Amino acid sequence: MFRVARLYDSTIGKKILMACTGAVLLLFVVGHLIGNLKIFLGQAEFDHYAEFLREMGAPLLPHGAGLWIARLVLLGAVGVHIISAIQLTLTSWAARGTAYQKQERLAFSYASYTMRWGGVVVFFYVLYHLAHLTWGTAHHNFTASPYNNVVSGFQTWWVALIYIVALMPLGLHVYHGIWSACQTLGVNNPRYNTWRRPFAATVAALIVIGYLSIPVAVLAGWVTLNEG
Amino acid sequence: MDLNARIPSGPVQEKWDKHRFEMKLVNPANKRKYSVIVVGTGLAGGAAAATLGELGYNVKCFTFHDTPRRAHSIAAQGGINAAKNYQNDGDSIYRLFYDTVKGGDFRAREANVYRLAQISLEIIDQCVAQGVPFAREYGGYLANRSFGGAQVSRTFYARGQTGQQLLLGAYQALMRQVGAGTVKLYSRTEMLDVVVVNGRACGIVTRDLVTGALETHLADAVVLGTGGYSNVFYWSTNAKACNTTAIWRAYKRGAGFANPCYTQIHPTSIPQSDERQSKLTLMSESLRNDGRIWVPKRAGDDRQAAQIPEDERDYYLERFYPSFGNLTPRDIASRRAKEAVDSGRGIGPLKNGVYLDFAHAIKRLGEKTISERYGNLFDMYARITGENPYQVPMRIYPAPHYTMGGLWVDYNLMSTIPGLFVIGEANFSDHGANRLGASALMQGLADGYFIVPYTLGNYLAQGALDEVKRDDPAVAGVEQEVRERIDRLLKINGNVAPEEIHRKLGLLMLDKCGMARNKAGLEEALAKIPVLQEEFWSSIRVTGQGAELNQALERAGRIADFFELAELMCRDALEREESCGGHFREEHQTEEGEAKRDDENFAHAAVWEYTGNGSPRRNVEPLDFKDVPPTQRSYK
Amino acid sequence: MKVTLHVWRQPRPDQPGRFVTYTANDITDHMSFLEMLDVVNEELVAKDEEPIHFDHDCREGICGSCGMVVNGRPHGPQVEGATCQLHMRSFKDGDEIWIEPWRSKAFPVLKDLVVDRSAFDRIMAVGGFISVRTGSAPDANAIPIRKESSDWAFDAAACIGCGACVAACPNASAMLFTSAKIAHLGLLPQGQPERLERADRMVAEMDRAGFGSCTNHGACENACPKGISVDWIAMLNRDLLKAKLVGTNS
Repeated sequence: MFRVARLYDSTIGKKILMACTGAVLLLFVVGHLIGNLKIFLGQAEFDHYAEFLREMGAPLLPHGAGLWIARLVLLGAVGVHIISAIQLTLTSWAARGTAYQKQERLAFSYASYTMRWGGVVVFFYVLYHLAHLTWGTAHHNFTASPYNNVVSGFQTWWVALIYIVALMPLGLHVYHGIWSACQTLGVNNPRYNTWRRPFAATVAALIVIGYLSIPVAVLAGWVTLNEG
Repeated sequence: MDLNARIPSGPVQEKWDKHRFEMKLVNPANKRKYSVIVVGTGLAGGAAAATLGELGYNVKCFTFHDTPRRAHSIAAQGGINAAKNYQNDGDSIYRLFYDTVKGGDFRAREANVYRLAQISLEIIDQCVAQGVPFAREYGGYLANRSFGGAQVSRTFYARGQTGQQLLLGAYQALMRQVGAGTVKLYSRTEMLDVVVVNGRACGIVTRDLVTGALETHLADAVVLGTGGYSNVFYWSTNAKACNTTAIWRAYKRGAGFANPCYTQIHPTSIPQSDERQSKLTLMSESLRNDGRIWVPKRAGDDRQAAQIPEDERDYYLERFYPSFGNLTPRDIASRRAKEAVDSGRGIGPLKNGVYLDFAHAIKRLGEKTISERYGNLFDMYARITGENPYQVPMRIYPAPHYTMGGLWVDYNLMSTIPGLFVIGEANFSDHGANRLGASALMQGLADGYFIVPYTLGNYLAQGALDEVKRDDPAVAGVEQEVRERIDRLLKINGNVAPEEIHRKLGLLMLDKCGMARNKAGLEEALAKIPVLQEEFWSSIRVTGQGAELNQALERAGRIADFFELAELMCRDALEREESCGGHFREEHQTEEGEAKRDDENFAHAAVWEYTGNGSPRRNVEPLDFKDVPPTQRSYK
Repeated sequence: MKVTLHVWRQPRPDQPGRFVTYTANDITDHMSFLEMLDVVNEELVAKDEEPIHFDHDCREGICGSCGMVVNGRPHGPQVEGATCQLHMRSFKDGDEIWIEPWRSKAFPVLKDLVVDRSAFDRIMAVGGFISVRTGSAPDANAIPIRKESSDWAFDAAACIGCGACVAACPNASAMLFTSAKIAHLGLLPQGQPERLERADRMVAEMDRAGFGSCTNHGACENACPKGISVDWIAMLNRDLLKAKLVGTNS
């Protein structure tokens, strides 16, 4: 435990924690995507999946407990991720001192410049997303059926648009995040290093396309509310 | 002037071992009571400071750079010699010794050279252990190449950056001691004088280059590893800040200056492209392995290289030296290039170079092979000149590169001032009148890691050194003199940048005291230098104040010392009525135009003693060649 | 040709700086960028103005002394070269050129374009070495080293310590510099015994100096005059992680 605490002392340690928590969050994003793609299999399948989430860990754990554990883990990961990010950002801002009059952008990719503000956008999007489809407070017609909530939610064009737009910073964040985590966790071998960035890009693209498919399918009318 | 070299008796092979046994040791518990000042952090100074610190001495280490790693040793490209005989090609300590004495044209001290060859083995071991990434073969063992005309492959190298990697090794060793607290590092601190009390060196005066503050540092011994003085020529391959100030100040405090006229001109530098060009860049000599050197046969031939047919080209080195051809030693290749240019056959926009042509090699070996061998050098050339050497021949011209002369030292590397040790290029070195390729790095590290740490201990152990008081008038006086000199520079108030006069001095020296010298030219230079010096002290302007970071002041102070040095170089060249190695007197040449030594009268080191009256005294240390009998070099 | 320069002038570390505009007349494209500044400086001296201060020495791209941000790019518009290797043929007649010092809290400006990079020395002093006593080395060929490892070590060791990585990094991080040394020594068998301590100490010192944290932009690699790869940063991170988890002697 002390060692993990010592890890937090250094900037690299904080980044290692960011990479680890980022990996947890990425796993969630992927799992969440796989589950949500069940929407294409119809209401019964989708709602059954939603119910499964509450049954996770049963019968060892009581109903809903597994989901709460997962939520706490995610919440913890988000917390560590954000706090580290803020601390590192402040260190970095302080490190420059006087700003350059002119500064050419020399980074490998545009994505790296979007990390901080992109992360903030994703954070607010997640809050909206929770209010919209978990708590229902931001939903115009929240029901007991998650399937109905998703489909009726996306049938409002500007709601779908919020989701679609928010996917862009998420994609960039995931792309730079994966490559960045490879670096930070020392996933490095001169023979395979050239594969790391294409790998990150592929994962990010699959995530964006996967999630994009849902609002697009609803808007296009491929996925509809069940009559009656 | 006491010029006893203190060479141990006995056969040359046993001298160093015997001496190491005979030298007194400092009790380990007492080492930290002794303080040592090391000036310079190149291969010699850095290695010495690190090793002395590790031994337990209380070391203060000074560099005028912002960090020790900038020292100009870093720019050495080719490699470092060692008689390891890893190639099984017949190399031995004795052969390296022999080659070095012969290469130095029989003007080096045999005992020192033998010791250098012995230590060369330990240097490679030490550097590898430090993590210097020398080139390796696929089997994992160290690779070698042959270099500078040697018939054995004994040069260890790290791509074209051997000096850099060796210096980083020494720098890392030094920083380890800085971290351990045994060495206190003073960066951006320039030494401006030596403090000598009762005939013993006991400190230095420095200027903090950031604040301008002068400070006197006292110690039990002072080690100078401050490099060479090629920048007297203004256009040299040395870094801009390389200067003679440290050794010149020591000379003026009583240290003998040996063989100042021995300078090495490197044949393959890129010619000047503009008169305001600040320095010359060296291209590795290895290019001569495949490139052919030529100029047009006709003077004033203005055609492009490609339009000059074969039979109108003069491959002069191949013509003069059929067996060695383009690989003749540095001094010969340089002199012949100068002849070609002086005869009006120089090429390039300023007619100041000769061609180094790879067209034949590319035809024979293919562009790919040439690129594998010299790709980085070709890129470097293209970057500097804007020309593509795969398509047009390179232009090259000799440039001052290394100075074999320097402060005289005995076998212990101590100058004529007791307590003042001089190492690396700053001393008059083991290279005689000409240095072989890949030997400078060897000498710097040998002096720094393996010689001065022992001999300095011997000096300290020899008996109580009387304590020097900071308020001793002899101490305070030095700092006062330094201050007055700085004030004088700041008050000249002319309107010329000091560099402008430095350029004039450089031109004069290149012309009269460069690759070829003669009596009339040297006398002319001796008449003109004081005029330039007077011009300098009356017409330059040094802007800014003394008590601040002031690069103009730093430069002016360094340039000022070059005038006096230049005078001594010309004097030495004039008195040495022979040709040897890098010193070529036109009056003394064979019928074929080769250097003609006069062993009868000049088999000695000329050691100049400062008298203060404008005419320094020439003393000699006779050189005795027992093991390598002098012969005439021949590269026909 | 003729170019207009906007140069950062700052008399002392504790005084504010500002941009001053100069015209460099009569420049040829053979000149190096620093020679162009030399010409400007000689003219300034003739007018009794203080010359523009900048660090420089070898002028062949190996000593690492020079370094200025030219038009927003450390070492100016060229691929893999130090400022001294930049030539005026990279510019056009009439160009406007902005010249700034390295900007980093850990590299305070001393004067004009001269910055204090001693933080790099401090990082080196705590662990950037192999602890081998002079004279205690085994024969150089006693340890065969894979050519590939040796070549990689060289790639990392090619760092000239100029600080362009810090200047280019949006976070003013010194990770490329630190990792290059850690990789150089860590790729060689001689460097193994101290490997973890080295990472631990050098990173701690790097943080202490006030450099920012790496966010893997890669700007450092693109600005590096020697093309040092950010891959070494991954190696440094791995060593540090190991050091923190396994523990070190320090």
